[in-house]
Amino acid sequence: MKSSLIKSTVIFLGLFFLYFPILVLIFYSFNENKRVMVWKGFSLRWYNELFNNEQIIEAFIISIKIAALSATFATILGVMIGYSLVRIRKIPFKSFYIFLSSTPLVLPELILGLSMLLFFISLNNVIGFPSSRGQLTIFISHVTFCIAFVAIIIQARLTDFNKNIEEAAMDLGYNYTKVLYKITLPIILPSIIAGWLLAFTISLDDLVVASFTTGPGANTLPIVVFSKVRLGLSPEVNALSAILMFALIIIGLFYFYFNKKFKH
Amino acid sequence: MKNKLFEKYFVFSPYFWLVLFFFIPLAIIFKISISVSEWGMPPYQDIFLFDNGFKINTTFENYVYIFSDYYYIGSFVNSLILALISTFFCLLIGFPLAFYIATSNIRLRNILLVLVVIPFWSSFLLRVYAWKIILQNNGILNVILLNLGITSEPLQLLYNQYAVIMGIVYTYLPLMILPLYGYLNKFDLNLIEASKDLGLNRIKTFFKVILPLSVPGIVAGSLLVFIPVVGEFIIPEMLGGSDRLYYGKILWEEFFVNRNWPGASALAFSGIIILVLPIVIFQILYSRWSQKNEI
Repeated sequence: MKSSLIKSTVIFLGLFFLYFPILVLIFYSFNENKRVMVWKGFSLRWYNELFNNEQIIEAFIISIKIAALSATFATILGVMIGYSLVRIRKIPFKSFYIFLSSTPLVLPELILGLSMLLFFISLNNVIGFPSSRGQLTIFISHVTFCIAFVAIIIQARLTDFNKNIEEAAMDLGYNYTKVLYKITLPIILPSIIAGWLLAFTISLDDLVVASFTTGPGANTLPIVVFSKVRLGLSPEVNALSAILMFALIIIGLFYFYFNKKFKH
Repeated sequence: MKNKLFEKYFVFSPYFWLVLFFFIPLAIIFKISISVSEWGMPPYQDIFLFDNGFKINTTFENYVYIFSDYYYIGSFVNSLILALISTFFCLLIGFPLAFYIATSNIRLRNILLVLVVIPFWSSFLLRVYAWKIILQNNGILNVILLNLGITSEPLQLLYNQYAVIMGIVYTYLPLMILPLYGYLNKFDLNLIEASKDLGLNRIKTFFKVILPLSVPGIVAGSLLVFIPVVGEFIIPEMLGGSDRLYYGKILWEEFFVNRNWPGASALAFSGIIILVLPIVIFQILYSRWSQKNEI
């Protein structure tokens, strides 16, 4: 009895610690007062102001666009890596391949961002492209560091599932490509969706790499939010937080659903 | 023959992308880090000079400059200490949580696990921002402390290294819990009962049975927290003050404020060598070792 009391207390305190700050954010987003910390009364004023704030709306659209595109590209390339590592034996310089596909996971974002920026500048000096940085360069950078996350998920799933199904299909006369499109891909589809959702969220949330590779007309949402709250508080950001937290948590639940689906 | 072509397509498309957009950028950082800096745009000289015949124009001056100045070494050390302390606290909070989740019944376990990881899905930047609200001078924590009579005037909780540690532990905690849970989930709970039956008390059971069995989870979780925290830029920028400078901030300013590209590149490359490389090597060695010992 005593140990189960300790157990419930630990779990309760842990969850409280994890959710308390999020609840505080949501609570203050309904504060009428312009001074964020002084409670004046319940109001939807800041939600209204948020939806009329063109800078934030524009940044939101840019972010969604970049996130959707880079998640799609990263998923295609990540699935290819996952598949290659598990199913294809002959990969030239395989350890180099593994190095390339896993190091972006452990490299600090700051170093990644700096290297991308210096790369784009050097590329421009050599071939005259990209002449300025913007949405395209953020997209390329996001694809590059999201690939690794997708590859890991796909690799894990392919290692899990029974190769016999593929071989049986082969014996029944399916060729290599047909097995891939009719058997393998449909089976790992939930993991592919999970990988896409993860890449989408990572891209949407990225501030550091985007700050390095951004240019005129490419202020993503995190860049705008950071510029607003770096030195102080902003009631509009509170309202934005509440909405964004909610949306992202829904995406997270979908991720769990798809990632789990395969295991059963 | 067709299969071969198809395999090549699968292997080489991502290969090409990663060499072009990941490996070459890293090589460029190295190249610029050994270039001679000068005033101008770009603010460094080419490493290959062709006037008056071919000449290689490189220098290690940028590295010497960084490693002879306490300003830079100090920030490296600060970041390492910060990462160590934060990892320790993540472990301190994460371990009991992961342990109790792993020992719950299976339905509750899945719900708890999702509950623990869900905050990790919500925006990183906004979760840090939430702590800025909580730790304000007239923020919720100070109000509680004042009302409880613990202090008579608001404490300066924000803009110091403790706020930074707080923010890091909060945002990185799920990264610690997940691998810990993964390993704790695998082991047989009867072992705990058995050790109790054999007369070991709780403390001994913990140190002799539970802890040794969760070492792989502890290592994995600690690495997941330690590595990104060393390069962390956003949290010190939002919650930290001027009491401590960290690696991320120094790198950022060297590039954007001082416009010293070779210096910033040298800092970045040293970061890879000093911080990332040993951990990657350690990880490879460790996974080999644990495979051999079948943990």
